[in-house]
Amino acid sequence: MIEGISIYEILTLTTILFFIGVYGFITRKNLISILISVELILNASVVNFVVINKYLYPDILQGVFVSIFIIAVAAAETALAVSIIINLYRQINSVEVKDTEVMKY
Amino acid sequence: MNISYIILIPMIPLAVFLLLGIFNQKIKPSISGYVGVLGLLASAILSLYAAYQYFFIDGKVDGVYQTFVDKTVWMNFTETLHIDMGILIDPISVMMLVVVSVVSLMVHVYSRGYMKGDDGYTKFFAFLSLFTFSMYGLVLATNLFQIYIFWELVGVSSYLLIGYYYTKPSAVAAAKKAFIVTRFADLGFLIGILIMGYYTGTFDFETLNNPEGSAILNWASTSFMGLSVITWGLLLIFIGGAGKSAMLPFHIWLPDAMEGPTPVSALIHAATMVVAGIYLVARLFPMFYFVENGFALNIVAYVGAISSLFAAIIAITQTDIKRVLAFSTMSQLGYMMLALGVSGYDGHEGIGYMASMFHLFTHAMFKALLFLGAGSVIHAVHSNYLKDMGGLRKYMPITNMTFLIAALAIAGMPPFAGFWSKDEILVAAFEHHKLIYYIGVFVAGLTAFYMFRIYFGIFWGKEKEYEHKPKESPLSMTFPLMVLALLSVIGGFIPFSEFVTADKSGFEAHLNYPLAAIAVSVGLVGIILAWVFYKKENNLADKWAKAFGPFYKWTSDKFYFDEIYLFITKKILFKRVSAPIAWFDKKVVDGTMEVIGNKTVLTSKKIKGLQSGKVQDYAFAFVGGTVILALVFIYLWTN
Repeated sequence: MIEGISIYEILTLTTILFFIGVYGFITRKNLISILISVELILNASVVNFVVINKYLYPDILQGVFVSIFIIAVAAAETALAVSIIINLYRQINSVEVKDTEVMKY
Repeated sequence: MNISYIILIPMIPLAVFLLLGIFNQKIKPSISGYVGVLGLLASAILSLYAAYQYFFIDGKVDGVYQTFVDKTVWMNFTETLHIDMGILIDPISVMMLVVVSVVSLMVHVYSRGYMKGDDGYTKFFAFLSLFTFSMYGLVLATNLFQIYIFWELVGVSSYLLIGYYYTKPSAVAAAKKAFIVTRFADLGFLIGILIMGYYTGTFDFETLNNPEGSAILNWASTSFMGLSVITWGLLLIFIGGAGKSAMLPFHIWLPDAMEGPTPVSALIHAATMVVAGIYLVARLFPMFYFVENGFALNIVAYVGAISSLFAAIIAITQTDIKRVLAFSTMSQLGYMMLALGVSGYDGHEGIGYMASMFHLFTHAMFKALLFLGAGSVIHAVHSNYLKDMGGLRKYMPITNMTFLIAALAIAGMPPFAGFWSKDEILVAAFEHHKLIYYIGVFVAGLTAFYMFRIYFGIFWGKEKEYEHKPKESPLSMTFPLMVLALLSVIGGFIPFSEFVTADKSGFEAHLNYPLAAIAVSVGLVGIILAWVFYKKENNLADKWAKAFGPFYKWTSDKFYFDEIYLFITKKILFKRVSAPIAWFDKKVVDGTMEVIGNKTVLTSKKIKGLQSGKVQDYAFAFVGGTVILALVFIYLWTN
């Protein structure tokens, strides 16, 4: 609970953040940028969990736990993605999406 | 009468076939020959015991031979119409069991010598056993459908055996020809069976053949094109029989079938499979005789007589000894058919039926002997052609004697077997149908002539230059020759009319001396002519051939039947009928399918860009879809 700020403002913020992430994921040409966009999406949802927990069910902590869980998973996933990208770079000397079109028909 | 053991007779060869067929790589040739022979020996002993038991102990009740049936229902259609599997024991089936057993056993024994050193030795015995099993099944069949099943099995075994030398193109072609031609005839047979089943409501021989039964009494109930449907059914069934028995115009496969090994010709194309057609007509004889006052039976008689004459004329000019024997078989089968055709039903009237079965019996023995003798000769000189043979009597005394006995038997000389049975046939024809009788007598003369033509050509005449000296075949081959020769000598003295008759009651058959004298003298004329022509080296035969000019050419080319068939199929059927159908199939049916396929391919080419592998595009589509759905939910659902 933050004084003077209702749940709507914060949800609006997270929605904007989420869609910025989605937009980035769809439009960026660089794998690292795409990874950052994924992080944005995850963080938006983490904030959502915390806020909804605080505003609607102030006496339990489940949302908080889930958010911590998500942060841990995101860290692991980022580590994985970065390692993949590094390997890819070693293979084709590029981290551009357009150079990774080997799976095309 | 206890007939439970009779089921073993066909089952033993089947077991042998399975054994040799499954383990044909593992069993040594030396063993497989014995396995085949012993299996057949067991069947033969059982058959002979069955014949003894049936004819002399339990078969007769009040002077009439009974019919014993043991069957189980195999497929049910309606109350009355069902296909059974089982065995039927009556005089002709027991007689056929004996014929098939004896000839098949002799052929098995003979094959051990003849096929020695052949690569497919074991396979050969497996096929022989399969054939024997099928033939037993055909003989013991209780109803039309069962006989049809085994009929086809016999056909396929015959195909396997004719095409045994599958590396020779001519053998493969002959096997295919035999299979296809008989298949055409079997089409008629099948339609006939279906007509019978539909209009009489049963497939059972007993029900169909009962002279007081509904099938025979109600033949006039439905008619089609001026004939009773039952007559049509019988005629179609007879077409099937004509196909197997090589009657005109289905005879073209028989001469070609000589491409198979000689024991096969002896077994299949002399004694067993080719008489299946005769057997079928004999099986349904009461129907043939009673329905429409024997209309179908007249057709049978004419077809038999014409085939007999035709084949005998062709046999005179053939140069391949096996082909002479093939046409001779066709001619003798014609005899049996015409004998059935002129037969009556009750008592002595049924002499034609009796004579036909008698001739089937004796002919099986001496024709198998002729074939095996020819095989022995071919074995010695490695050629099928008369021009490569001559003067063999010095080298092959046993073959010479047995061949002479068989030739005398087929020429109808007393006291050999052929004389008795042929005489009965001529008596039956004389009593019922003069024209057919004259044909029969003429054919008897021709038969004597062409048999002795090849006999003198092989064993007398000038000696040819042989690469290595021909020598007598081993005992395994000459033993069957001697056994069959013995049977050809004594076979005629069996009082056949006591055992096998149309009404199953038996009668006294007497020798009709004037007719017998005529037949014998005609036969003697034939033999003397052959003696004059072929005993010594001379050019009489060539002169006569020249004198006949075109006719000689016609006969040696078998009256161009093959060419006519080829013309009809190639020029008319293929060009006029099949080609448009093929065009329709290719263009319209396949075309439709191809269009559908091509359109699918085109469409997929167009839309495959969707699967770009770009995750971002997918995500965009996904998110876009979600957003649209969300908007729909918010603005349309919640009002």
